[in-house]
Parts: sequence; C-alpha cells; structure tokens
Amino acid sequence: MRFDDVAQAVGRTPLVRLPRLSPPGRTIHLKLEGHNPTGSVKDRVAATLVREAERAGHLRPGRRVLEPTSGNTGIALAAICRVRGYPLTCVMPENTSEERRRVLEMLGASIVLSPATEGSNGSVRVARELAAADPDLFMPFQYGNPANPLAHHESTAPEIIADLPDVTAFVGGLGTGGTVTGVGKRLKRWNPDVRVYAAEPEYGDLVYGLRNLDEGYVPEVLDLEVLDGRIKVDSLRALEMTRRLVGEEGIFAGVSTGAAVAVAVRVADRLPEGAQIVALSPDGGWKYLSTGAYDPGDVRVIAERISGTLWA
Amino acid sequence: MAVVRIPTVLRPQAGGQARVEVEGTTLGEVLRALVAAHPALDERLLDGDRVRGYVNVFVDDEDVRYLGGLDAPVGATSEVTIMPAVAGGAR
Repeated sequence: MRFDDVAQAVGRTPLVRLPRLSPPGRTIHLKLEGHNPTGSVKDRVAATLVREAERAGHLRPGRRVLEPTSGNTGIALAAICRVRGYPLTCVMPENTSEERRRVLEMLGASIVLSPATEGSNGSVRVARELAAADPDLFMPFQYGNPANPLAHHESTAPEIIADLPDVTAFVGGLGTGGTVTGVGKRLKRWNPDVRVYAAEPEYGDLVYGLRNLDEGYVPEVLDLEVLDGRIKVDSLRALEMTRRLVGEEGIFAGVSTGAAVAVAVRVADRLPEGAQIVALSPDGGWKYLSTGAYDPGDVRVIAERISGTLWA
Repeated sequence: MAVVRIPTVLRPQAGGQARVEVEGTTLGEVLRALVAAHPALDERLLDGDRVRGYVNVFVDDEDVRYLGGLDAPVGATSEVTIMPAVAGGAR
C-alpha cells in the first residue's frame, strides 16, 4: 500500500480472530487500531476532525488548533496538524506522564498545563478560556464534534462490514462515545439485528472522588440509544484480559482493549450460537509498559497498585 | 440482601458508608429502601421517580438503562453500583 502522506495512511486495520479466548460456539474478532500511523484509533478521529474543519472553513492557513487532551487524540492530532501545517496546542492536567509530553513535543505540539486536581474537566475549562480569547484558535473538541463519530461511521464500520459481513455484535470502549455511536449506527444500518455494547472503564475512587454529581458529564457525541448494553469493567478484570491477550493470543494491547474483550466474552453467551463478535482494540500496549500493567506477579496485587493511573 | 456501593461524593449522605445492604427484588425497591434508611440521599439521587441525570446506576456491572430502569431485577447477591457520569480519562 502506498500513500502520499501520513494523513492518508489511516485505517484499513487488521481484524484478527481470537480462537483461544472465544467461548464455545461464538467467535470474537479484534480490530487492531494500534496499527494506525501514530498507534491508535484516534488517527481516524484526528484526520476527520481536521478534514471536516477545513471543509467548513474553520481551519485555513494561519489558524492554530487547540484541544484538551493528554492522550491518543493529542498524539494523532499532532501528526495530522504537522503535515497539514497547523500549529497545535494541547491542554492537559499537570500530572500527565513525562512520556506523553515528550511525544507531543517531538511532534511539534506546544503544551499548556491545567491543575491536576481538576482532572480532564480542568483541561476542558482552560482550553475553552484560551479559545474564547483568541480568534485564530480552532478547538475541534472531540467530545462534542460530530466529525468524531463520523470517522467511525465512514471508515471503521465499513471496514468491519467488508471483512465480516455476518457480524452479529460490536463491543467498543466508552470514552467520548464516538466509536460506539459511529460504528454502532452504521452496523445497525447494515443489519438492524446487530447488537452494540459499550465497555465502560470503572476508574476507581481516585477519579470519582474528584467529581461532583452536579458537574458530571455526558459527551454530546455519545448516543445512548444506539447501545444494547453498557457494562462496566474494573481495573482487575481489564488487566486480567489484557494479560491473557498477550499470553494466549500473542496480542500486546492496551488496557482498554482488555476491557472490550472482557465485555465481548461476557455478552457472548446471550448471543445466538455462531455469533460473530467484533471488539475494538484502541491501541497497543507500548504506552502502558511503564505503568507496570504487564509486570510478572499476581494480577490482583498489580491491579490494586496501579488502579489510580491505569486509565489515565 | 443486595449491596449498594455508594460513590465518594454521596457517602456523607449515607452515614459515611461505602457499602449499604438493603432489601429489594427490583432496582426501584432497592433505591426506595436505601433512601428510607438514608433520607439525605433522596434529593441527591432521585428526581421524583427517576434517577437523576449525571448518575449512572449498574446492577452487577450492567447499566440499568438497558435492563428496564427501576424495574431492573436485583438478586439476593446482586451488587448495585451508583457512579457519577465521567467522560474518558485522557482521551
């Protein structure tokens, strides 16, 4: 495959059967989004956010991009913005890992820190303030931008349909809601009987303790109507499945992948004999090596030790 | 009896407890028993007959929206979890 630049080389990721983790009579397949150019599913989102903004006239030469993100979206946007010629600023909590900052800076992004105590909500607040004060700044804001689910509607889902026309169920993680909303709607348009399940990370008291119920947040791009179930997965079960994936299937994936596969296994027995289930792996395991998630030892002890930073 | 897990932000209204045991065979019965035991939880948790916005309730890890809402069945060994709605960690 040849492409003109990195922005063109997004998608067409492998769909791999998990013969050892699939329950009897059901088949689980894993879509490996870590095979995208910057190593995550967010390459699809970043490419579509920028393309749609250019199409709508929000982005043109001379403008700059700003996004509250310390994770995969920032890295993906940094690569796309670099080749499209837009300076990028990422707003992130001050306790974000050194590795992430280094990768973003390497790709040419500048970084603004928000208070650690405010978590990702604080990054959103600071980014909104900066964007409001500077008319040359464009904030794609993946949590509220329809281009986010659109990316999955027009690329992720059609790839699944092409590779597995008799798909019966899809499982995606719940972050912005873009994946389950975009993929889910397109798969249900293909076949209304397709079931769509969300794997929701259970962050643990450290994260929830900072949240006030009155300022809770449901992303605008998440359409709860498309779901047939939403199942929470705690650090231990996500970690167990992530480690089984690498140990039994030879797939080195991030912890969100373990959560999605755990939900795929759980819903498998409520689906008919012969069901073909697709779970989405948002990224590979490399970025999480330093968390200790893959260290030898008792998984319960490891889960306990790192549950505060696992999903961050 | 079912166990209800109380999020950190609501523990002051639940006598500081992280886990409360209550009777009930549906989510509605469980929540009514919970607020009967801890009346201060009522207005934080319920909006009339509905669970308030920004609150997610799970029975045995499954969002009750997809299990029939307040009619969701609750077993004798079920765990009911109340969680604030939180958008993705570092995405």
